[in-house]
Amino acid sequence: MGKEKKRNAFRIKDYTSYFITIVIFAYGLIMQMTGHLKRSDSTLLVQIAYGIILAVSLNLVVGFLGELSLGHAGFMCIGAYLGGYIAVQLSGVIANKFIVLLLSMLIGGLLAAAAGLLVGLPALRLKGDYLAIVTLAFGEIIRTIFKNLNVFGAAMGMHTNTIKYDGGGKTSLYIVTFCVVLVMLFLCNNLIRSKHGRAIIAIRDNEIAAKAMGINVTFYKLFIFVFSAFFAGVAGVIYAHNITPVMYSAFSFNYSIEILVMVVLGGMASVNGSIVAATALTLINALLQKNLSGDLASFRYLVYALILIILVIFNNAPVFAPIQQKISPRAIIARARAKKSKPGDIPDEPTDWRKVPTKIKMDELLSTDLQQDKTFEPDKPEKSGKGGE
Amino acid sequence: MTVSDVVLKTEHLGISFGGLKAVEDVNLEVKKQQLYGLVGPNGAGKTTIFNMITGVYTPTTGKIFLEGEPLVGHTQEQINHMGVARTFQNIRLFNNMSVIRNVLVGLHYDERFKCSMIESMLRLPRHAHSEAAMRERAKEILRIFDLEDERNNLACNLPYGKQRKLEIARALATNPKLLLLDEPAAGMNPQETADLMTIVKRIRDEFGLTVLLIEHDMKFVSGLCDELTVLNFGTVLVQGDTDKCLNDPEVIKAYIGTTQEG
Repeated sequence: MGKEKKRNAFRIKDYTSYFITIVIFAYGLIMQMTGHLKRSDSTLLVQIAYGIILAVSLNLVVGFLGELSLGHAGFMCIGAYLGGYIAVQLSGVIANKFIVLLLSMLIGGLLAAAAGLLVGLPALRLKGDYLAIVTLAFGEIIRTIFKNLNVFGAAMGMHTNTIKYDGGGKTSLYIVTFCVVLVMLFLCNNLIRSKHGRAIIAIRDNEIAAKAMGINVTFYKLFIFVFSAFFAGVAGVIYAHNITPVMYSAFSFNYSIEILVMVVLGGMASVNGSIVAATALTLINALLQKNLSGDLASFRYLVYALILIILVIFNNAPVFAPIQQKISPRAIIARARAKKSKPGDIPDEPTDWRKVPTKIKMDELLSTDLQQDKTFEPDKPEKSGKGGE
Repeated sequence: MTVSDVVLKTEHLGISFGGLKAVEDVNLEVKKQQLYGLVGPNGAGKTTIFNMITGVYTPTTGKIFLEGEPLVGHTQEQINHMGVARTFQNIRLFNNMSVIRNVLVGLHYDERFKCSMIESMLRLPRHAHSEAAMRERAKEILRIFDLEDERNNLACNLPYGKQRKLEIARALATNPKLLLLDEPAAGMNPQETADLMTIVKRIRDEFGLTVLLIEHDMKFVSGLCDELTVLNFGTVLVQGDTDKCLNDPEVIKAYIGTTQEG
């Protein structure tokens, strides 16, 4: 029973994602209070925030559900254009800019979710590469539609100057945005750690078995797809409030890939990783933009690509594994913990899968081979195949 | 024998792939709490019958009834909700999940542990209640299979015999009326096979289950099953009492062959 108590108790691990977000948020707040927050910094903070929203929501589809979607920027595009347009219209009726912002986020998100439903219904019958191609095409189609509609400024982009959110000061959009990030993290974390999240991960692990267990695969796939489209739409509306004019060119295929890079770099099915990667990549991009101007501007993408390649190699090449072991936060925490507890005292953590293999080998040794009252019979040679497929 | 005692009934069940008739004219009648065996050489169509019952394949001819309700035309999920659970010939566990989570997935649609998506997302009180109750129930099920101590290990790290047991535990968690076991004893050592026999009998009695099983281990089949259907090349060879079936010359011929055929 003691273990059950521990399960319900407060575990810092479960709150890391909020913690990371609040640290970034607090940095902005402190800078603002001391009067050092520049306009560009606040814009950057908003960029980081919607980067986090995009990366975490895409991670739900790619990491947790295991379906490759390349149209995330398309959903964002819908949110940015339609949400922005509605905000411009609303700002003529409602004087309070905060309410306009919230309403437009909700409507923009819902419209993007509706688009997600429309695309998802037929597309989720496809698998792997085919789904990727359909979502990619969707993103490009959406972009082209907005490029050709005069209501949204056609090729000149849609101007959103009138809705620039300035709340308390000139730079407070990031405060609202980070609150949205926290709400989204709350919903996503709870969803993933519930029975519904379990069903979704079961689908990723083994779809055939999930179906045989009665899990409604179609419903959960569609739900996650729509849920993730909703937040991409919200991110789009925030984008429209942050930058003017809203240009169709910002939501190209490249941007979808950039979000995917955040997910892959942060780690599939890791919310914390997505947050860190989204923050880091947005910062790197902004720094390069700032420092490589003029003639050097064309080197920006070269350097950016180089950094990505180095990061990916560092993460995966076995040569770097020992270095990684030394500096990765997980290893540092594990080392700090190991000093506290006695050696050989394996903490019973269901989530800490890295320790499981050694434990099992010990169990097998102790329970099967060395038990005195039982005889150990080797498997028949022709049938002793390993488990799994 | 009244109709209500019959849990699973198939009438002239058949399926063909292209021109190949994989299964033809199979009539099964499995009674409540019966342990029914489906045997036959490789490629006889045993797993294909399982796949038709669980909705993976749609039969080309014939009908399937579960307690009088037709199963053909329902999706796999619906058939599971109607009370049919199965295991797989090549184990299909959720490998990257812990043992207990595998069972928890099986408990997903249990009425007692209902908790809507919104309630989970907002962490309303019912989430914690249902989650705690589910864990208790999952542990109870694991205890039957002697897997309770392994509950926090990854499913893929279990030894083979335990993986087989876990698959049955997970199927049992969906609260079925009819349990389909596809070669449950394959790859197990004699000790594990003997354990499994007692477990299958025990869950049949405790849960009031009806079990239909495919198995090649004849000791397992003769020790467990009340009735058999022997298949060969997709058609029924012999049907009826276990001992009678296993001693039938036709069956021996199908399995071993005669001297003339060498």
